[in-house]
Amino acid sequence: MNLSKAKFRGYKRENGRIGVRNHVIVLPVDDLANAACEAVANNIKGAMALPHPYGRLQFGADLELHFRTLIGTGSNPNVAAVVVIGIEEEWTKRVVDGIAKTGKPVVGFGIEQHGDHDTIMRASKAAKQYVQWASELRREERPLKDLWVSTKCGESDTTSGCGSNPTVGNAFDKLYPHKVTLVFGETTEITGGEHLVAARCRTPKVRKEFMAMFDRYQEVIDRHKTSDLMDSQPTKGNILGGLTTIEEKALGNIQKIGRKCLVDGVIDKGEVPSGPGLWFMDSSSAAAEMVTLLAASGFVVHLFPTGQGNVIGNPILPVIKLSANPRTVRTMSEHIDVDVSGLLRREMTPDEAGDALLDCMFRTANGRLTAAEALGHREFVLTRLYESA
Amino acid sequence: MIHFVVHDEHDSVGVVVVEGVKAGQLLKGWIMDQDKEIKVRAQSDIPIGHKLAIHKLKEKDTVIKYGTDIGRTVAPIKVGEHAHVHNIKTKRW
Repeated sequence: MNLSKAKFRGYKRENGRIGVRNHVIVLPVDDLANAACEAVANNIKGAMALPHPYGRLQFGADLELHFRTLIGTGSNPNVAAVVVIGIEEEWTKRVVDGIAKTGKPVVGFGIEQHGDHDTIMRASKAAKQYVQWASELRREERPLKDLWVSTKCGESDTTSGCGSNPTVGNAFDKLYPHKVTLVFGETTEITGGEHLVAARCRTPKVRKEFMAMFDRYQEVIDRHKTSDLMDSQPTKGNILGGLTTIEEKALGNIQKIGRKCLVDGVIDKGEVPSGPGLWFMDSSSAAAEMVTLLAASGFVVHLFPTGQGNVIGNPILPVIKLSANPRTVRTMSEHIDVDVSGLLRREMTPDEAGDALLDCMFRTANGRLTAAEALGHREFVLTRLYESA
Repeated sequence: MIHFVVHDEHDSVGVVVVEGVKAGQLLKGWIMDQDKEIKVRAQSDIPIGHKLAIHKLKEKDTVIKYGTDIGRTVAPIKVGEHAHVHNIKTKRW
């Protein structure tokens, strides 16, 4: 596929970023605000609530990550406007102020001293205005470089490493020369292949930063492990699918970064990349946690290879699923956007598989709903670093 | 018809990519990086996605896949035998 003149149709946001969806979201600052947010989304058709279980008594780096994730989610260009609701005014304002930096419409409501009824009424009025305003926004043609594309795999098996992950790698190798912003991560799932990622880092500085993130996560594992993690990494599903060791899983995992693109930089969880190229995000390998962080970092379309059949979606980030496992493609067809099982029958070349994925990526960017969107998969999972105070 | 794929010709194992492989069946494999074909007789029933040894492995041998170390054997593995958690373990963690 020649991408030199490739374009897509997206929504230009106030800060110049381009979205491929036009969501109005109702964002809780904390667990206590979920009920009000869901009531607003129920009142106003076209507004979407993003309930989650956290946001109280967190502190330090864990609290910073909480705010960064919520602000990043609201700031994502797939979101047109945001209604924020929290139990307290001050933390609510902090999220509102963070999102307001993008220039997009955002308003916040604190529940204390108002109660749910009054808050829901005022927030519903704001959400109605936003939904009607957003419904008149139109897509415009944009160059490929305006697309931010993320990847993370899940419920991997050995077919991931031979088929679906190299397909993402093929697509990444084709996107990279066109100054697209790309990201991968899953720090523990690099274990056994860290030397291969390190060798792909563009500069010694990036290599050092990558290895520092990798080593830090290994220390977390060493500190907390009670076994060789044979129930968690690889997972029971991975093992059922034929993956035996973390090293084997990792080597399959890193097929997603292709054979040519270099790692241009590293970011912490939910941080926004400062330029185009391939970024490594220090993150958990749990699917919904990482995809939530990628959305918070500003990525607008996600490539998700699966072997045994993950069903994940995200409220604001379209998740495109591909699989090379013929059994999964047959038994879970409603979840699979791109079938690359032909690769393992030698009926499809890696290049053809990469093109099929890119074709689906462009159609998705232009507005086609993914399987996960059509099925209503909206997993929104915040990463916690440690206990609340 | 391809029954299993191998990433690199120096790998110790291949991945079964069809359902219903039975012990005794003669399997055709495709070595992807070198684009070669090999034949191996299955010594066990092997589910789709699971590995079979394409080289003979002794106990405590290093297992190679993707041309890279993926762990060590904890039992000898014959050519064509199912290679998984019962005879391979991680060297990490």
